[in-house]
Amino acid sequence: MNIIIIDYGAGNIKSIQFAVERLGYEAILSNDETVIRNADKVIFPGVGEASSAMRKLRASGLDALIPTLKQPVLGICLGMQLMCNSSQENNTKGLGIFDVDVVQFSNKVKVPQIGWNQISKLNSPLFKGVSEDEYMYLVHSYYAPMCDEAIASTNYELTYASALQKNNFFGVQFHPEKSSLAGAKILENFILLNQTK
Amino acid sequence: MLTKRIIPCLDIKNGRTVKGVNFINLRDAGDPVELAKIYSQNGADELVFLDISATEERRKTLAKLVLDVAAAINIPFTVGGGISTVEDVDVLLQNGADKVSINSSAVKNPQLINDLSSKFGSQCIVVAIDAKNIEGEWVVHLVGGKVPTALNLFDWAVEVEKRGAGEILFTSMDNDGTKDGFANEALAKLTELINIPVIASGGAGTIQHFTDTFITGKSDAALAASVFHFKEIEISELKKELQKQGIPVRI
Repeated sequence: MNIIIIDYGAGNIKSIQFAVERLGYEAILSNDETVIRNADKVIFPGVGEASSAMRKLRASGLDALIPTLKQPVLGICLGMQLMCNSSQENNTKGLGIFDVDVVQFSNKVKVPQIGWNQISKLNSPLFKGVSEDEYMYLVHSYYAPMCDEAIASTNYELTYASALQKNNFFGVQFHPEKSSLAGAKILENFILLNQTK
Repeated sequence: MLTKRIIPCLDIKNGRTVKGVNFINLRDAGDPVELAKIYSQNGADELVFLDISATEERRKTLAKLVLDVAAAINIPFTVGGGISTVEDVDVLLQNGADKVSINSSAVKNPQLINDLSSKFGSQCIVVAIDAKNIEGEWVVHLVGGKVPTALNLFDWAVEVEKRGAGEILFTSMDNDGTKDGFANEALAKLTELINIPVIASGGAGTIQHFTDTFITGKSDAALAASVFHFKEIEISELKKELQKQGIPVRI
């Protein structure tokens, strides 16, 4: 199994690498187009601010590469948000894989949302063996509203899409690498997805 | 529903846990990695490592510890103690820390909060505030509560939020170590005043104290050290009791 974590200088990727290792697989960090294209599974991480992360992607040409990938791709947190049409965070244009615009929570709730919240209406092979209403660790100020591509929802101020899927592209707002055993199960499901390039 | 978080805090000196711990089945009670693993398996929602070393080697030792912890546990953790530059934070986050906590360095150089949050994102910047109630006014203190500043807790918290902090860790020096409960009146005022999460710290002695700080203090999370280290409170039991009281927790 050839698992690549896209390394474009945005955030805490060490934790994802360790989480994959705890499952008994190796994950390699790369920003090389050929290496990424040839991977069996691609993980697209990200924490921090959307526009500067997009700038980094564009600088390395990864913005053009990612939407053309054929193997399963998993965007995590900001990675998921960048796979959407746009983000309200500094009016950032995204990769346009998921047909939804990311917006900010209102000040009716504490922003960022930090902590463990439930994922519900689970509807994807990504959640095989994961209980409905399972707790996941989330840290974010922006969210993807409910849409056709939602495969899980979470409630904070309102019900929003906490996971998205379109064909071989998956995105999760929560951090599976930091979400205890249930999070590890989701990562494992992704690694074991039958789809290949 | 977003749950209230229970956060054990481990004091670290030269890569080892400082405060005594009372865990049976622990090969090495001074090994923070082993302790972290046990807490993550026993239902802790998050961990805080507070480095109190004062040696030349401390940066290197802490960076190595963070890497070892990140490899071992599957819940988020925060690292604090002596962090004063963007470079310090960069190394810790690269090594797998989820958040860093800054305290004195933020008071001395408030711009650091802006610099850190714009470079790494607000979500990973926790500002720790130690304060003491002096004749009715909550005064921010430095150096573990020894040195008073001219800052008022509430004014400072508002400024810290404006500058981009993602979370506030408020320790009441009056309550810390007393096991008489958290400073819920100040906490409630703080959580009303600002719109980022507040972690309550200082005073945990009983399960009821946690219930109180979540209900009366409106805290988003509660941090404690000795009651967990000495097994006076088991996290699993604590969470069951909180759930009975209608407080949302992850079980």
